[in-house]
Amino acid sequence: MNHYETVFILTPVLSEPQMKEAVEKFKAVLTSNGAAIVNEEQWGMRKLAYPIQKKTTGFYTLLEFDGEPTIVKTLETAYRRDEKVLRFLTFRLDKYAEEYAIKRRSLKKNAPKEEKPVEAAAQEAAPAAEPAKEETKKEA
Amino acid sequence: MAQTQSEIRYLTPLSVDTKKKKYCRFKRSGIKYIDYKDPEFLKKFLNEQGKILPRRITGTSLKFQRRVAKAVKRARHLALLPFVTDLMK
Repeated sequence: MNHYETVFILTPVLSEPQMKEAVEKFKAVLTSNGAAIVNEEQWGMRKLAYPIQKKTTGFYTLLEFDGEPTIVKTLETAYRRDEKVLRFLTFRLDKYAEEYAIKRRSLKKNAPKEEKPVEAAAQEAAPAAEPAKEETKKEA
Repeated sequence: MAQTQSEIRYLTPLSVDTKKKKYCRFKRSGIKYIDYKDPEFLKKFLNEQGKILPRRITGTSLKFQRRVAKAVKRARHLALLPFVTDLMK
C-alpha cells in the first residue's frame, strides 16, 4: 500500500454537473480498484500559467489516495482516454510529503475555504474517506 | 605618479563589503517537504524568465536544491508556473 497524490486539470468548457460527473468518474476508478480516497480538494477554476490545448483556464482537482502501485497505471489510462482532462500528475508521497499532507489537511479543517454545500453531497461516494471529509465539509 | 594615487580621497568612506554567509533556508527553518502547489513560494527560486536559480545564488543545500527543482518542475507541468516568461515578478 502506498500513499499517492493526483492532480488533474479539466477543460473549462464543461458545465458544473458535467465537471462533477468527471470527478466522480475518476473517483470511481480509484475506489473500484481497491483504493481508499483520503483527501479531496477542488481548487476550482484557475488561470493556467500557459495555454494548454488553447485553453487559458482549467478546473483543478486534487485527490489523495492509498492504493497498490498498479492502480496508478489504470488511473492514468483513464485520464488519457478522457479528452476532458487537459493535464494530470500522479506521484507517490514520501514520508516527508505525507507529514506535510496531513498537516495541510488539518490546516484546511481549521481554516476551510468557501465550498458549496451542494458539493459535499456529491462527494459522498467514497465511503472509506467519509468521516474525515464530512468534517471538512460541514465546517466549510 | 605613485604619490598622486595615494592622495585620492573619497567623500564617503569605501564600504568594505563584508560577505554575508549564505545559508540554506530549508535547513535553517526545518522545512522537509517543498510543496509544488504553492507557486508564490517557488518563485523565490526562479529568475525573471522563470528559470531555476543556481545554488550558488540562493545558497540552498544540494539536497534541497534537488527538491526545489522537482517541485518547480511539477508546478510547471500543472501550469502553476510558466516554463518561459518575461518579467515574472
